[in-house]
Amino acid sequence: MTDPRTAGDTEAKLEAPPWHRRLVEGLGDLRETLRRNPTMLFGLVVLAIMAASAFAAPWLGLPDPMRQNPIGRLQGPSAEAWFGTDMYGRDLFSRVLHGGQISIVVGLSVAFLATVMGLAIGLVSGFNRRLDAVVMRLMDALMSIPSILLAIALVALWGSSVRNVILALTIPEVPRVVRLVRSVVLMLRDQLFVQAAIASGTSTPRILVRHIMPNTIPPLIVQATYICAQAVIFEAYLSFVGAGTPPEVPSWGNIMAEGRTFFFRNFGMILYPGVFLAITVFAINTFGDGLRDSLDPRMQRRV
Amino acid sequence: MSGPLLEVENLTKHFPIHGGFLNREKARVHAVDGVSFRVMRGETLGIVGESGCGKSTLGKTILKLIEPTAGTIRLKGKDITHLSRREMLPHRREMQVIFQDPYASLNQRMRVQDIVAEPLGNFDTGSRQERLEKVAALFARVGLRREAMHRYPHEFSGGQRQRLGIARALALNPDLIIADEPVSALDVSVQAQVMNLMMDLQQELGLSYLFIAHDLAVVQHISHRIGVMYLGRLVEITDRARLFADPQHPYTEALLASVPVPDPRRRRKRRVLKGDVPSPVNPPKGCHFNTRCPYAVERCLHEEPALREVAPGHWAACHLR
Repeated sequence: MTDPRTAGDTEAKLEAPPWHRRLVEGLGDLRETLRRNPTMLFGLVVLAIMAASAFAAPWLGLPDPMRQNPIGRLQGPSAEAWFGTDMYGRDLFSRVLHGGQISIVVGLSVAFLATVMGLAIGLVSGFNRRLDAVVMRLMDALMSIPSILLAIALVALWGSSVRNVILALTIPEVPRVVRLVRSVVLMLRDQLFVQAAIASGTSTPRILVRHIMPNTIPPLIVQATYICAQAVIFEAYLSFVGAGTPPEVPSWGNIMAEGRTFFFRNFGMILYPGVFLAITVFAINTFGDGLRDSLDPRMQRRV
Repeated sequence: MSGPLLEVENLTKHFPIHGGFLNREKARVHAVDGVSFRVMRGETLGIVGESGCGKSTLGKTILKLIEPTAGTIRLKGKDITHLSRREMLPHRREMQVIFQDPYASLNQRMRVQDIVAEPLGNFDTGSRQERLEKVAALFARVGLRREAMHRYPHEFSGGQRQRLGIARALALNPDLIIADEPVSALDVSVQAQVMNLMMDLQQELGLSYLFIAHDLAVVQHISHRIGVMYLGRLVEITDRARLFADPQHPYTEALLASVPVPDPRRRRKRRVLKGDVPSPVNPPKGCHFNTRCPYAVERCLHEEPALREVAPGHWAACHLR
């Protein structure tokens, strides 16, 4: 054993390990988490398959999802068209795969935007008492409107496009994120390490970013997965009632909406996109549950 | 520079309790109730009292982590009582804090070098490398290995964490350190190490401490003068030797009688206080100690005793002295 008082004089590294080594360590942690949580791994794998098939669809040699074929309308499944065709003779399998792109883009964008906006508002609101009163009443007002109605109203106001659908689905989700972040901020604000930071002259913005924000990230990631699943469903819902993505763009909601009329001729138009939607949402939720379990402080990670 | 480093006059902190119709103020917790004292340069003033007597609130109020209700705080002669958070910043350099719980007072998600460097980053314009050099010097000074600088707090023991807390408090080269029960959470052997470190640092750097504790033995070891608090009020303040040799306030007497003496043959008159500390929400009228005082007379029930100089440099708040 070296004497701790003299050990300081010996050669020592002052800098932290470089970022790429920390990244490798971080990925190792993730792999370890997944190994101990097979359900979460399952969700992640299913999700990866859904995403890969959706985004690789244009290169899989499938028929163009927009190409009409009036002679082969409303066909059942066959070797050429695995899921059959719709009322314009378009290939359903190709349409369902392409439709996944919209769902995944909308789901991820909404989760990301709602989390970032909610984080910013929640941090400031949790630390500023006067602003807090105003912001939280505004959030209460937003939460009192059913989110799907609010989204339909917003799309009706702004016109239908993928961007507007994303924004319309983001806004109703923000208040829930704000509440979550704010509760963490209120809890942390009186912690000793925050008090110590104030006493050593750290400015409020720095305290928020350095001491408080990192502690809000784990619950936020979990919340983001639920928002993502919710947004995938709501996007389909909006498209189904005709307030979502433009009808020429294939999306699961659009395909199901069109299939409504032809349910008895070819129920695949409802069945296949519905099954894909259900599997995707299930996979996201499974992944989210696994994340929650592994980030829960009560299930302390082994050292 | 002459004059006291820290001068606290009639400092009061009441916490309102809200409730009932329209959240009106129902009652007040009298946490700190008119406390006055001075801390000189290079001096350690110990503050003792049982839990709930307001000693931690006193420390936090002086640090302006809590806004005082009344009274004044002067640091190096400058009144800082009503400074806003931003106006306080330049004065933060002169007054630092060490907290009781070495686990909760360090951010678990930061490397210890960044924790200790944080105060430097708030005031220092030097480069990151320069700051890290300073941190390395601080590590050596408080007896930590500089190889451990990029570890995380959970990799350290309680005593080492408290050394980290001390290093952080020293980073800005303050004149005054408010130590809020800095050793209460540590093992007895580690307590001694940390206290000796603090005393060494005081000699080297000419620091002043406001040392808050509930353990009289700990305070006796480190303090030059000692103040005794009871229910938000300072009941006695004098230098260490006098306090132990000739306590004037009945509460101080009782506290001293409760200190264990490592001598099995020594028989002492035990003076155990009866009853509990009254609630600071509704403190007793007159002298706060009258409910438990063995000598209380009629006057103690009505009239609040002032802190009087009963002997040169010895102040006590009791009608009977």
